[in-house]
Amino acid sequence: MNESPPGRLLPWALVTPALLWTLVFFVLPFIAMAALSFLEHGGGQATFDNYRQFLDNPSYWRAMVNSLEVTLTVTAISVLLAYPFAWILAEVVPQRLQRLALVLAILPFWTSYVVRSYSWLLVLAQNGVVNRALVGSGLVDAPLQLANTRAATIIGFVHFFVMLLTLTIFANLKQLSPSYRRAAADLGAGPLRTFLHVILPLTLPGIMVGAFLTFVLAIGDYITPQILGGNNELLMPQLIMMQIGRRGDFPLASALAIILMLVVTLAYLLCARWLKIERA
Amino acid sequence: MMRLAGKLLVSAYALAIYGFIFLPVVVLVLFSFQATSFPIPPFTGPSLRWYETVLADTRLTSALFNSVLVALLSSALAVALGFLAAWGFARHHLPRSGLLRGLITLPLTVSYLIIGMGMLILFNAAGIPRSLVAAGIGHVVINLPLCFAIIYSQMGDHQVNIERAARDLGAPEWKVLFLVSVPVLWPAIFASFFLSMTFSWDEFVISFLLTRFDTTLPVEIWNLLRSGLNPRTNAIGSLVFGVSIVFALLLELAFLRRSRR
Repeated sequence: MNESPPGRLLPWALVTPALLWTLVFFVLPFIAMAALSFLEHGGGQATFDNYRQFLDNPSYWRAMVNSLEVTLTVTAISVLLAYPFAWILAEVVPQRLQRLALVLAILPFWTSYVVRSYSWLLVLAQNGVVNRALVGSGLVDAPLQLANTRAATIIGFVHFFVMLLTLTIFANLKQLSPSYRRAAADLGAGPLRTFLHVILPLTLPGIMVGAFLTFVLAIGDYITPQILGGNNELLMPQLIMMQIGRRGDFPLASALAIILMLVVTLAYLLCARWLKIERA
Repeated sequence: MMRLAGKLLVSAYALAIYGFIFLPVVVLVLFSFQATSFPIPPFTGPSLRWYETVLADTRLTSALFNSVLVALLSSALAVALGFLAAWGFARHHLPRSGLLRGLITLPLTVSYLIIGMGMLILFNAAGIPRSLVAAGIGHVVINLPLCFAIIYSQMGDHQVNIERAARDLGAPEWKVLFLVSVPVLWPAIFASFFLSMTFSWDEFVISFLLTRFDTTLPVEIWNLLRSGLNPRTNAIGSLVFGVSIVFALLLELAFLRRSRR
């Protein structure tokens, strides 16, 4: 399509600013971080110590295991909650109300992320709304410890990702041609069989993409676990920030960040492989 | 009978999810009108006391101003760079185009924490101090791939013909760009600009790492959290929510009018 007359330089002039920006402010920092991860803290000697620390120190390991446990739990719960909800919005709610129903469902998206986590802290606090309701109704004798727990982190995450997954699954369901359903009905399948053997398999790739997105966004997030989970148990992002903030140990923080990135890349490869098999 | 039970079940489920989604927001807004100093039950308001406190707090108002400024400027830059690159890749045959396009979208796959940390390390090494400008640069890094991807995906072949017609009629390249391509792609440009604005407005961790004294609103709200549960945080949070809702409504109206036309 190289038919425009103004020579060979123009196309490069168009794409170079964006490429340069990405190189200088994204690729270069990443290289600096990777290089730093092989340096001694304070010294400047080349070393593998930062990575060895991760392998040797059980509390660092624990943070990675915590991160994986929390993130996988969040992903599973969010998908399981969002799918029926998206299905109801797409199939049960009358057509003309669907847009309104969807806009309502994602309305709290518009609070800022930090504020949303804080709001859950209010709800789950020792004297918060949930504990008041539980004690008031006589279900429990004393307020439960809900804030600053892993459960609080999971609830905060699920809240965000149910909204996100509802959006993606809803879009997925709406894209399905109604003729699939008609064909299944013509062939004698009831609603349940149609769902299990037609709708669900057709939307599965979309769900996988949504689940992968959830996994990636949740495992790299610092805000939710820091505000809601507190410091009782650390997740990887908290561990990384702690190295920067309290100890100024950038080399170790870099090594931990790179390990976290490797895990995400691994998840990506698994997901891509699964999608490829599915398509073939 | 079965159908009725099914309908009840479906309604109950939908209501439960709506309840879950709205619970924290309702609690946040309700207790922003609390008259006493703790945003926990019982409700003692309504009172506008904490809104007055927040609006009189110059740290918060200047952080709000900073946030708007950073969001506007970084989004404008991200859209401009993204648009030019998208136009270049879509209209010209460049060697290794796939690889280079992949490079531009790469930051989408990395968490903000790691992007911010890398920039902090580089800026430290280069002796660049932490500032709002540094945070703005970071926001361009996260929003450029998004703008590029959105605009690039909207570059269809039908627009090529209009551009070709303009060239045939003697328009120089810059005129084709600004008088033909930009107006034709306006919806994509508009959408990516507002999406960038939202992301920049809400971004915390990069601003947290890259700013120092002058900072953005999410960081200032984070600082408020150190004092625990506090109706001031409720008030500023509700204000942010309100502003965002108005913003979303305007956006919705703009797009609705466009699609109805």
